[in-house]
Amino acid sequence: MKIAVCVKEVPDAAAARRIDPQTKRLDRSGDGVLNEFDTHALEEALRVKEGSGEGEVVVLCVAPERAMNSLRKALAMGADRAVLVADDAAAGSDLVATAKILARAIERESPDLVLVGQQGGDSDGAVLWGSLAERLRLPLVSQAASLELSDGKARSKRQTEFGYDVLEAPLPCVVAVSDAINEPRYPSLKGIMGAKKKPQETLSLDDLDVDAAEAGEAGSRTEVLALTDPPSRGDTQRIEDEGGDSAEKIVAYLAEQKLV
Amino acid sequence: MPGTLVYVEDHEGEATKGSLGVLGKAASLGGEAAAVLCGSGIAPIADSLGAHGASTVYVADDAALESPLPQPRVDVLAKLVQEQGFDAVFFASSVLSADVAAGLSARLDAGLNWDLTDVEEQEGRLVGKRPALQDSVLVDVGWTEGPALALFRTGSFEPGEGGAGTAAVETIDVSLEDFSTKTAMVERAHEEKGGPSIEDADVIVAGGRGLGEPERFSLLEDLAKALGGAVAATRAVVDAGWYPYASQVGQTGRTVSPKLYLACGISGAIQHKVGMQSAGTIVAINKDPNAPIFEYSDLAVVGDLNEIVPKLTELVRQRRQS
Amino acid sequence: MTARPADFAPPFDAVQFVTEPTDPPDERIEVGALVVGAGPGGLAAAIRLGQLLEQRPELRERLGEIPIAVLEKGKAPGAHLLSGAVVNPRAFRQLFPELVAADLPLIAPVEHEGVYFLTRKRAQRIPAPPTMWNHGNYVASLGEMGRWLAERAEELGVMIVPETAAEKLLVTGGRVVGVRTGDKGRGKHAEKLANYEPGSDVTARVTILAEGTQGHLTGIALQKFGLASKPQVWALGVKEVWEVPRPLYRVIHTMGWPLRGARRYREFGGSFIYPLGESRVAIGMVVGLDYTDATLSVHDLLQELKGHPFVRAILEGGKRIAWGAKTIPEGGFLSLPDSLSFSGGMIVGDGAGLVNVPALKGIHYAMRSGMLAAETALDAIRPGQTAWTPGALTGYDQALRESYVWKDLERVRNMRPAFKHGFVRGAVLAGAAVTSLGHLPPRDLKLEPDASVSVFIGDRGATYPAPDGQLSFDKLSSVYLSGNKTRDDAPSHIAVRRQVRREVAEAWVHMCPAQVYEVAGDASPAGNVVEVEVTASNCVQCGAISAKGGRLLAAEGGSGPEYQSM
Repeated sequence: MKIAVCVKEVPDAAAARRIDPQTKRLDRSGDGVLNEFDTHALEEALRVKEGSGEGEVVVLCVAPERAMNSLRKALAMGADRAVLVADDAAAGSDLVATAKILARAIERESPDLVLVGQQGGDSDGAVLWGSLAERLRLPLVSQAASLELSDGKARSKRQTEFGYDVLEAPLPCVVAVSDAINEPRYPSLKGIMGAKKKPQETLSLDDLDVDAAEAGEAGSRTEVLALTDPPSRGDTQRIEDEGGDSAEKIVAYLAEQKLV
Repeated sequence: MPGTLVYVEDHEGEATKGSLGVLGKAASLGGEAAAVLCGSGIAPIADSLGAHGASTVYVADDAALESPLPQPRVDVLAKLVQEQGFDAVFFASSVLSADVAAGLSARLDAGLNWDLTDVEEQEGRLVGKRPALQDSVLVDVGWTEGPALALFRTGSFEPGEGGAGTAAVETIDVSLEDFSTKTAMVERAHEEKGGPSIEDADVIVAGGRGLGEPERFSLLEDLAKALGGAVAATRAVVDAGWYPYASQVGQTGRTVSPKLYLACGISGAIQHKVGMQSAGTIVAINKDPNAPIFEYSDLAVVGDLNEIVPKLTELVRQRRQS
Repeated sequence: MTARPADFAPPFDAVQFVTEPTDPPDERIEVGALVVGAGPGGLAAAIRLGQLLEQRPELRERLGEIPIAVLEKGKAPGAHLLSGAVVNPRAFRQLFPELVAADLPLIAPVEHEGVYFLTRKRAQRIPAPPTMWNHGNYVASLGEMGRWLAERAEELGVMIVPETAAEKLLVTGGRVVGVRTGDKGRGKHAEKLANYEPGSDVTARVTILAEGTQGHLTGIALQKFGLASKPQVWALGVKEVWEVPRPLYRVIHTMGWPLRGARRYREFGGSFIYPLGESRVAIGMVVGLDYTDATLSVHDLLQELKGHPFVRAILEGGKRIAWGAKTIPEGGFLSLPDSLSFSGGMIVGDGAGLVNVPALKGIHYAMRSGMLAAETALDAIRPGQTAWTPGALTGYDQALRESYVWKDLERVRNMRPAFKHGFVRGAVLAGAAVTSLGHLPPRDLKLEPDASVSVFIGDRGATYPAPDGQLSFDKLSSVYLSGNKTRDDAPSHIAVRRQVRREVAEAWVHMCPAQVYEVAGDASPAGNVVEVEVTASNCVQCGAISAKGGRLLAAEGGSGPEYQSM
């Protein structure tokens, strides 16, 4: 059983404060870290593999070369192999381009199960897996808060605004896991020290038969136009509860803000 | 016929509030706004959509669309967009619609911008607006070619009362890909099980030491339920065992940015603040007039939460029913 | 009314942290040379070993699959490193003879400097004492240095393992054979959580402890092998980094205000303000922990210092971007352990107390001692010998004594102790010591442990500025800035008595820069004893509590601050 886990590297939030000792300037490149939400997907993959007694867990990522460091953390946790698609032409890819590249990398593996983490922090919408499943033409289960495999099917509790649905899809399929699904393990010391020795592949777009025109800005269909300051918070309105009418005032305020 | 298509999601026989809001917005942009409904037995909903700005409502009514699953909806929308040539497709964000929008993006090679709080036309092009970096900056985003797909943050647009417009209703044929129907819903969520998780919640009612005792959390739970939100807690009370760690908001708990954050009995020290400071609106109720939280709240209520909260709950319930 | 923190020491037995290997042999992790701590000392040791092994490939084989491993308890090298710093490049030149200054992780040479004596309103320039002349030295960020050294080490094949705490010393038959790493995923009451991961036995042919100030296993080893007959004393430094609109062109040290010179207060220390490139400034307050006023708070003294017109002028219009705290061993020569080697291991750097307080230098000593330890280690594992052969590692002690490290420390040995007599007398004694190159005073002055000094509740705390969020800041938001993400439900890594005299409790409350301690409730009617609450997850592992009556143990690997370039 082969399980592909799609992971993303996100910038280490505090890294922006580094001074590059060579240039003496602000160094923003910094270390990336493995997107925390993806560790849940990875943990689930490891559990599936351990549960079935055999299998291979492959982590895939589209990112610059240095992201291999973050992938090693996945290997330290227990993944068997890391595949990094690092190509300058992929820089600046939006959802359309990224999903295309990632889907090709996944197809190359022909996995039985594709796991994706919930969200990459601030800038990710809950969208990557929807596009991936479409490009791979595989059934999709999203927001999985639990995952069971039996008889070639994946069964999940899916979290929605209204409660839990129970979904079932035949393998191979794409499952996007929520962070409620498990508690990711700490890598063991043996795992950390053995990570470097596990197979790590770096692929270019050529290796995936992806044209440069389909990647990066050229392959994107959205763009960032401008950055502006958001409207400021404004002054605090204050209510002192004397006549016991605070609740009415609160509701009036909320209604005014269109919050109720 | 160019124009905007709005994916209208339904729940328990009605169009969702978010969808209606987005529909109204689409209609206000000055092209034609059409709506699409997918489901089984949902045709009756179509009639009400004209009042919210739809000039045409496409109805895909099929047993295969009974369960709220995304992939069959991608098939329906893709066909519709390709046949009718819409410029843009709008979605009100939800678990379901995000999956549909994403699948559609891949199917049509169409750009998708999400988490938008607004959209406008600039020089004939659509420009979306979305907050980024924990709401510290506003980003203008655009689409380069093909239909523009837009996912709007929950609550971005209030639906109007509903005007006098009527829409032409068209039933469309449903043909689905093989792989789209492989996921099956074995059980459907019936009731709200304690509301959404705190990170996804649009409304959060949070409690701190000022509650006085753990039992008081039931007051917050009632209010949260009335508002359709989730309950959160400060580290102090979680440490004291009053509420589970999963609900902890703060530096070492979860970071949330709901549209409304109601802080009850919370003093608002920095370690809590950093977990919720980017909430859209912060209302704080505290007996202590000098509580730090008042410095960064939008509405500061100095008073006894034991009296205010139950009253508030009642008023909200009444409002919801009317 | 006074009380002594030492009277309230928590029950502690070093034996708890010494163990035989318990993992089955095939689960133990075997490395060749084990270094504990990825600071300048540990990394210099690792790099030196790597360099030597390149020349002696046959010895590399003897060290096995992982010839050199460095364990680091912080999230990454640099996460727990903090210093001013003005660095003497001497050790860098010895370790990297082929590199020029521009290639080294140093920010800029010290060109101008000034020493000032402050009063509340004024700053009086005074001649810099010779020990503080920094010509030829460089301003640097220790954190950046750590990252750079880590990269050089990895290039030489050193394996650096972050987020890994060394919790116990592995000892078999009186020989140190490695360390046991700490567990992860335990809850507040040490219960095993869902993702519990037990620590591992890491065995090595030689172990170098480079844990820095208040090193956990360093303390254990010193106790176990009876090596520390003289007490160590510490200072606490709290540092901030600011982005400033006007470049600072010199290295500044201050003395005097806000510290009080009267003998009864025993407030020894001063501040530093260093330019970090064109647009940033490091500012810190350093105070010896033998002060007597329980309401003294180094963090708040730093906030107060920033309000002085002289300092304010430097920071005006700027923005605070970093904060951190760390202790510095101050005893110098008079506190050095009797020996820095034991069967199977050696101690380098701050952990050994190799800090020149008058010159404010310790980084190059850490590196030099690391290099010497590496050379001894390699010598010890040649065929026919092991690190446990009696006398195998005493070459390290010898080499250290013959090096500039020892000579520098010996020359200035009486400076720090002089100041327990107050600033003026201290300055006179210190001046005599310096100008006589260490020959005066004729008899070495004595040091007493910081915790043995009685504290009283004074009024130092009365004038601390209320945090305004622009120039001055509270402790909690500072802890946030340190990147501290220690789990709330992690077991506490601080051993401290919970019922103590009020004076001691207040001393802890004010001392701790991270607001870990709080007095709960009112004093009991009998004996002025109060209850202390401990929020261990705030802890930035500075080590102050260990100097003042409590003890810092091994926190979960990866927890604590995530300093970026401190």
